[in-house]
Amino acid sequence: MNPAFSVIFFTSASGAGFGLLFLLGILGPLGLLPSSSWFGVVAFAVSFGLAVGGLISSTFHLGHPERAWRAFSQWRTSWLSREGVASVLTFVPAGLFAVGWVFFGSTGGIWAVFGLLSAALAAITVYCTAMIYVSLKPIQRWSNGWVAPGYMLISLMTGALLLDLLLHLFGAGHWLVSGVALVAVAAAWAVKTGYWRFIERTASASTPESATGLGAFGRVRLLEAPHTEENYLLKEMGFRVARKHAARLRDIAELCGFAAPLMLAGVSLISLALEAHWLGTLAALAAVLAAAVGVVVDRWLFFAEARHAVTLYYGAAEA
Amino acid sequence: MTALPPPSPRKLGLVIDLDICVGCHACAVNCKEWNTGGHMAPLTDFHPYGAGQNGVWFNRVHSFEAGDGADGRTVHFPRSCLHCEQPDCVTVCPTGASYKRAEDGIVLVNEDICIGCKLCSWACPYGAREFDEDSGTMKKCTLCIDRIYNENLEEVDRQPACVATCPANARHFGDLGDPDSDVSRMVKERGGYDLMPEMGYKPVNKYLPPRPRRGRDATAPAVAELQPASDEPQGLLRWVDRMLSR
Repeated sequence: MNPAFSVIFFTSASGAGFGLLFLLGILGPLGLLPSSSWFGVVAFAVSFGLAVGGLISSTFHLGHPERAWRAFSQWRTSWLSREGVASVLTFVPAGLFAVGWVFFGSTGGIWAVFGLLSAALAAITVYCTAMIYVSLKPIQRWSNGWVAPGYMLISLMTGALLLDLLLHLFGAGHWLVSGVALVAVAAAWAVKTGYWRFIERTASASTPESATGLGAFGRVRLLEAPHTEENYLLKEMGFRVARKHAARLRDIAELCGFAAPLMLAGVSLISLALEAHWLGTLAALAAVLAAAVGVVVDRWLFFAEARHAVTLYYGAAEA
Repeated sequence: MTALPPPSPRKLGLVIDLDICVGCHACAVNCKEWNTGGHMAPLTDFHPYGAGQNGVWFNRVHSFEAGDGADGRTVHFPRSCLHCEQPDCVTVCPTGASYKRAEDGIVLVNEDICIGCKLCSWACPYGAREFDEDSGTMKKCTLCIDRIYNENLEEVDRQPACVATCPANARHFGDLGDPDSDVSRMVKERGGYDLMPEMGYKPVNKYLPPRPRRGRDATAPAVAELQPASDEPQGLLRWVDRMLSR
């Protein structure tokens, strides 16, 4: 599948923004985060900025961005519509939660309810984002059980790394947040490893034989394509990344997206015990930067390595 | 609405006979010709006369080789929207632009509300939908609703352009929901089948398989080898042989 940058940025940035909001909404009411207005301003600016920026970016690949509002109507059947509705609904309690934090310096009482609600809705939104891909049966590498956990854990991981950095910057590092970041990175890495194993080892559900129904005669291969130039289908669905490039990019995704953040989150956790604030801040900053690169590369691969069943009609042996 | 209507008794669709399709592309060309002025017009072409042509077509004819040796076949394979009974292209649509008609099962796009997110084309394993970069909307086969219900046309012409033009009579249009219709009987007699049944989309359009070869020994070699008429030519041939062997 063609890796459109707007969609890669949307899923990565919104995932991080909603992941951060999820943690703010749970840890804030538990009193584990600084309730100062300034922390609230910065944390919500980062969270809302990433989430909204990503959502706006997702409209850039539309043929008619001015009609985007219509996408809120079909939530009964469409995961894309559900995602739109859930993301907008999330901002209602999240906005109120932010008001309490920023203007009243409070994350307790009614504000805590708003926090927990926004955490739940943030998680639902990321789940809906993943389900857009999971619901596409012609793309076996998306329509499987690894994709939704992968999206949710990467969202949690990037959110936790961001929160860890914010806490260090405010001199309020907390072992629980560093620990959550550490565990989330490990869990996301494990699920992505499972996903990669799945896409390598799972035989294609559809074949040129099932696509044409001509399997009774033997192996089916394309003799002549219907057209000599590329068409929309080949440009959008026929994108293939060379195996050696994919392997190299996967190494980069693993190194920057998981290995480095795992180690750096560990450093951040240890720095709290050592009371070495500068070390913790530096490690958390490096973890966020590395994860940003790794997650974008991973998302690019998620598209580039996905194969669409229609390519079976254009000479692909498997999809 | 992108929620599917209850299954309609009427299921309009095509039956494509792979035994007699000659791969002439006339169906694709006449489809383009009619539909570029039809319900979903225009079928935009970019650079139509230069290198890198790129345009919207509702019907594409692929040619495949299936099997090897004497039983191997070259099969010409027209591919267009199958107007599925479980069309995920409809249910994934976030705006309601994509819909399946309750009365006859035809799958259409309301281009006035399509936002061009392309998700429907991702949801279709058959490649039936092509995005028009000029209009910014998705386009697809309409089963020629502007022909099949067109009272300005003679009744005999009220069929899809691809069917009307096929010179080999390899394409048939009818109600596949009616077990007594010509197309349903044809499917029953010839063992018409669904493409990619494993996807669960339940296509309405059916394909008829190439017929088994008649009067041929399956063990015979694909090409009869040429045999010399005689090792020792006689008469005129002997003279010709000697002249040529000089």
